[in-house]
Amino acid sequence: MSAFSTRFRVRRPGRLAAEAAALLIAVAVAFPLYWMVLSAFKPAGEIQSTEARPWTLSPSLDSFRRVFEQQDFGRYFLNSLLVAGTVVIASALIAFLAATAVTRFRFKFRTTLLIMFLVAQMVPVEALTIPLFFLMRDFGQLNTLGSLILPHLAFSLPFAIWMLRGFVKAVPEALEEAAYIDGASRTRFLWQILFPLVFPGLVATSVFSFISTWNDFLFAKSFLISDTSQSTLPMALLVFFKPDENDWGGIMAASTVMTIPVLVFFVLVQRRLVSGLGGAVKD
Amino acid sequence: MTATGTTYKAPGAGGGVQPRPPRRRRSVSPARQPGWTPWLYLLPALVLLGALLVYPIYQLGLISFLEYTQAQVSGGEPTTFKGFGNYGTLFRDSQFWQVLLATVVFAAACVVATLMTGCALAVLLTRIRALPRLALMMAALGAWATPAVTGSTVWVFLFDPDFGPVNRVLGLGDFSWTYGRYSAFALVLLEVLWCSFPFVMVTVYAGIRAIPTEVLEAASLDGASQWRIWRSVMAPMLRPILVVVTIQSIIWDFKVFTQIYVMTNGGGIAGQNLVLNVYAYQKAFASSQYSLGSAIGVVMLVILLAVTLVYLRLVRRQGEEL
Repeated sequence: MSAFSTRFRVRRPGRLAAEAAALLIAVAVAFPLYWMVLSAFKPAGEIQSTEARPWTLSPSLDSFRRVFEQQDFGRYFLNSLLVAGTVVIASALIAFLAATAVTRFRFKFRTTLLIMFLVAQMVPVEALTIPLFFLMRDFGQLNTLGSLILPHLAFSLPFAIWMLRGFVKAVPEALEEAAYIDGASRTRFLWQILFPLVFPGLVATSVFSFISTWNDFLFAKSFLISDTSQSTLPMALLVFFKPDENDWGGIMAASTVMTIPVLVFFVLVQRRLVSGLGGAVKD
Repeated sequence: MTATGTTYKAPGAGGGVQPRPPRRRRSVSPARQPGWTPWLYLLPALVLLGALLVYPIYQLGLISFLEYTQAQVSGGEPTTFKGFGNYGTLFRDSQFWQVLLATVVFAAACVVATLMTGCALAVLLTRIRALPRLALMMAALGAWATPAVTGSTVWVFLFDPDFGPVNRVLGLGDFSWTYGRYSAFALVLLEVLWCSFPFVMVTVYAGIRAIPTEVLEAASLDGASQWRIWRSVMAPMLRPILVVVTIQSIIWDFKVFTQIYVMTNGGGIAGQNLVLNVYAYQKAFASSQYSLGSAIGVVMLVILLAVTLVYLRLVRRQGEEL
């Protein structure tokens, strides 16, 4: 974990207290996730007991079974993966091209474009739900996964371009000149030299587009109105909220299933994320 | 792309014979004579942003000036131009002002709590050894990675009056957090703080690590206190990062939707926990008043663009080159 090593150390008697505090905070921060997984494995009787024990006497898979027996849960999961996966890959490629254009070329309106990308990041996309609803309706895209993919793709671009800019900038221009002298074409330089060099930045950027897409609740709720086979996970979760009494075991099991892919993704990219944020910030 | 039979080829198209020799022959780099290439690279991004961001913004503004309810959507009645009528209706509605105030106060509380927690923990991370640091980092990444919907359900469950552990530990009996207006907002605030402080913490920590060690050691040797080091040495050097995380937090917290919607069941009892986003959604999709929903959207857009202008001025003043 070299990414987390400090570069300076303050030797003081207070360090042990600081470490104790850090561990305590870590436990508190992790507790909701622990409680979620624990409750998912608790049998129904224990969840309904008013004791609220922080362990379980007899772990059971009943809640998970209920979740997967619920119509089409597996399909919702695949839909969510498909939407998030498409957005991550497409936005990485498109943002890479755009970031290269605004960093490595001097052309008219370059600064204007950069400012526009910056402003675009600030647009509250939630406010656009109404016009997007009519746009999707007019193009017959309501109840399709495309109605989630396209807006999320567009909205993740400005931030991705802005963040990748620092990474593209960091590649020395001399390298580019050398490549051309050696006879490489622009396309070849772009994909075979620049792309691999910028890849760590693409990974860090993709965290943000993945989370915002995987989290999406508003668009799914607004655009996937009648065809439930095209639903995504957040919608599947709401089924367990009932007017009389919530099925907490089911809600926690579905929540656990929904959280796992993001956790896996985070663990895979966490080192690149920390260094990536550092890189973007130093820019 | 017409079959006119001309031999003309667009500049930048592969394999075309270049009729004119490059003007500046000293430069080897094709980057010096970009031609259409940057626009080609930008094309996919610009098409997507134009179709799904710029055009919808125009539409949002347009709908906010029209009479647009279920009757017009289904084509039963013609759409009519209402000028500022929708805004008049909105601004005369006392609930709108109440929701606007609640949104601003709630977002401000979230931003302050997130920034203070994130910065304090980032400083804490620099003062501890690798193992506790890893524990805190991992816990924070876990909270960050949790989808907003599941985070919301878990926090509601933790504070459930019947089956949640929090009321048991605190001895609150069957006190319902989501019943009262302020306790419900406080509960949502805790969840928002939980899932958004990690971004601030990790970013500020990455920034602190980029500060040269000698500077901090020198300050420490000169006898400066931790607080003094933070205020006089680290904060000024971290200013660009602090500006970024502040603006991001303002934007995120101002448009919270999922947490409010899930945790207070669509805006709380009698709409006591509505924020602008949820209010616009309820107006548009629950009561089919699309024009009023759009007008609320425009108000949000204007507020956030104002924040952006302030941000741009801050960036410019720092002399950052675009």
